[in-house]
Amino acid sequence: MDTVFLAETMGKLLAGLPLTIELAIISISAGAVLATILALFRATSPIAEAIVRGYVFTLRGTPLLLQIFLIYYGLGQFAEVRHSILWPFLRQPYWCAILALTINTSAYGSEIIRGGLQSVPAGAIEAGRAAGMSRLLLTRRIVLPIAIRQALPAYGNEMIAMVKATSLASIVTLMEVSGIAYAIISETYRAIEVFLCAGAIYLTLNFLLTRGLAVLERWLNPHLVQSRT
Amino acid sequence: MDFDAYFQLIGFGPKGWGALLLQAAAMTLAVSASAFAASLVFGTLGAWAKLSGVRAAAVASETYTTVLRGIPDLLVIYLFYFGGSSVMTAIGHMMGHEGFLGLNGFTVGTLAVGVVAGAYQTEALRGAFLSIPKGELEAARAVGMGRLLMLRRIIAPRTLRFALPSMGNVWQQVLKESALVSVTGLAELMRQMHVAAGSTRMPFDFYITGFLIYLALTTLSGFGFRAAEVHTMRPERRS
Repeated sequence: MDTVFLAETMGKLLAGLPLTIELAIISISAGAVLATILALFRATSPIAEAIVRGYVFTLRGTPLLLQIFLIYYGLGQFAEVRHSILWPFLRQPYWCAILALTINTSAYGSEIIRGGLQSVPAGAIEAGRAAGMSRLLLTRRIVLPIAIRQALPAYGNEMIAMVKATSLASIVTLMEVSGIAYAIISETYRAIEVFLCAGAIYLTLNFLLTRGLAVLERWLNPHLVQSRT
Repeated sequence: MDFDAYFQLIGFGPKGWGALLLQAAAMTLAVSASAFAASLVFGTLGAWAKLSGVRAAAVASETYTTVLRGIPDLLVIYLFYFGGSSVMTAIGHMMGHEGFLGLNGFTVGTLAVGVVAGAYQTEALRGAFLSIPKGELEAARAVGMGRLLMLRRIIAPRTLRFALPSMGNVWQQVLKESALVSVTGLAELMRQMHVAAGSTRMPFDFYITGFLIYLALTTLSGFGFRAAEVHTMRPERRS
């Protein structure tokens, strides 16, 4: 094995790591906020439920790549879009990728959070109400903390899926880790070595994410941690 | 949106792309089905290795599922597409063939999507095998079934039945991931949409059409899997 080539490739690939992390962090956080809003909105009325259900259904039933293309290439077909104030954003692959990733993860995330919301015991909500909490305070202090704690393991899987999904941004010209990997492969045709390096980067990233989530889970569930006495 | 022009564009008239789009949809289904079949093979081997009790096999299978579930599918497709070509060319040289040999998009799609989905399939099949009641296996052994007969009559049908819901999820995933195979140039739905969008300069019309076709494919096959689930679960139902 050619260690010089491997080290060189690793160096080039690591230059794309900040963009990969940036795409992942922005779309995961924005997606989580949107997902929470969708899950809470869904519970407000039957019409709201139908809207959110349709949103989730269409986004989970189609490939992410197509969603990115629809936003990046598709929207530009309309003169109204090209002349709107959003065009400076929508013409850039960076914002299109973030928008598509965010919308996509919000659909999966809202279902996970909905499951979490359903697991909040009715008694906890009643107790909050009996103590005179307003709806907002109740949501912030009682409902969301319990729901998030329940939803975290499943949401962790979604986050890992998103880290992997950022690689699709390379197809709309963004030079993150996969984009650079593709460029090196098509230049050198040494697919196996490049794959090893890029794969190691993504695996490390996902490993760290899994570890971090495990710590967070333990911190959110102090009552489940057994004291070692 | 001008609907008359739109339907002419995606229709079957002289200027319509309808026939090509249908062909492309069929190609998407074909490559997905073939990748799904491959995933069953990889998944069966993976689950068998994990359950075999042989330490080396279990470690190998564990590595397989961890790695393939932790790296982007796009990279796996690149590996098979470019790596496969160089391996094929090397084999060709050994056998006296000069020049470049490539793997075609269909083979790459089948293997790459199949090997990724196989990692998920491994877990589905392993879980399903573990949920077969122990008594059934003991009963089979007690009536003197050989290992192969037991596999064919008891283990395989029971595992498939319990794994069906997870296999439905893997199928949906395979169907959506097949869109990534478009990077190899295989004329499946995603690729054909891109070509049509480029040559007509009507990207939105085509991508939204592709969106609806994928939605129809995932929804209809979802119904199919659910029907199969209901069908195979019949003997399990209690009043």
